[in-house]
Amino acid sequence: MSGPRRERRKTDPALSDPERLYVITGDLDDSERAALDLVTMVVAQAEPSPTFQPEQAAILRLCQAPLSVAEISAYLSLPFSVVTSLLSDLLATELIESRAPIVRATLPDRSLLEAVMHGLQKL
Amino acid sequence: MDFRSSDTITGPRTEDVLPTTATAAVKVVIVGGFGVGKTTMVGSVSEIRPLTTEETMTQAGVGVDDNAGVETKTATTVAMDFGRISLSEELILYLFGTPGQERFWFLWNGLFEGALGAVVLIDTRRLEVSFDVIGRLEERGVPFVVAVNTFPDAPHHPVEALRRALDLPDEVPMIDCDARLRASSRDVLMTLMRYLHSLAVPLA
Ligand SMILES: Nc1nc2c(ncn2[C@@H]2O[C@H](COP(=O)(O)OP(=O)(O)OP(=O)(O)O)[C@@H](O)[C@H]2O)c(=O)[nH]1
Ligand SMILES: [Mg+2]
Repeated sequence: MSGPRRERRKTDPALSDPERLYVITGDLDDSERAALDLVTMVVAQAEPSPTFQPEQAAILRLCQAPLSVAEISAYLSLPFSVVTSLLSDLLATELIESRAPIVRATLPDRSLLEAVMHGLQKL
Repeated sequence: MDFRSSDTITGPRTEDVLPTTATAAVKVVIVGGFGVGKTTMVGSVSEIRPLTTEETMTQAGVGVDDNAGVETKTATTVAMDFGRISLSEELILYLFGTPGQERFWFLWNGLFEGALGAVVLIDTRRLEVSFDVIGRLEERGVPFVVAVNTFPDAPHHPVEALRRALDLPDEVPMIDCDARLRASSRDVLMTLMRYLHSLAVPLA
């Protein structure tokens, strides 16, 4: 086949460094905010009540069962960075709990991958 | 802030509510050029109707007019579709359909680095739109497989010819798919997981 051809690129150590994870977004001074991933799972630790701001109450209502940050952003129609800032406040006051995602490690975890494959097989 | 009253917010449908045990999440990124079928693939394997998350970036304008003191700002919104698969009572897989324009990737902190891996969707009619995306994944050291979305009027090329045009190493899996079919999209994800599994074997 003719046409344009691509040229392979090398891994750039500065771009592939796992240390770089979660340290890029806007507010570098706020480590809590930077730690929230799109798939950090969030669970409410309190019932929503009229004393909360509407956004906070909405998050507490949505997160009575576990929900990812991405889903919260989608259901609230708010940008990711706005949601992470609201969640940081709720985390600081322990109104929600969060669980960081399992990220790709330098050495992939075979048992994790086997669990994923097992789940996909059932689809 | 523009925010609807919290009473009007619709959360997940009852059948989409996750069990309280669902606290371990992993993600996979589906990346490709404009119109290659990213949203279709996310939708065909997702257990929920695909959702959209957005990020906005505001940039101060530079020297666009001579009104001293007047700052112009441009806002760019980048949207991403995503879906979800409950793999077990504890483990949830999220799939993100990400546009190929890498200049916006930085908005999604850790999206690629934190992902288990990526699926590069290609359309054989416009192979070159995926060149840059593949290069970016290589630079970041993100493992990926290449899925060839089969459009009816697309020229059919043997996989080996595509591999050469894309300059892909022999070990990078390539697979034909129809992103509209759940089983086909599932096979693509399986191919990615098997590849990641093979990488987990230490090369002695
Ligand atoms: N025949 C065929 N059509 C497909 C396939 N996958 C997607 N399409 C069609 O191609 C069109 C584009 O698909 P999308 O899923 O919207 O592509 P996308 O990559 O999300 O596009 P953008 O988000 O606009 O960049 C739609 O009309 C789909 O129905 C496929 O495997 N086979
Ligand atoms: Mg799309």
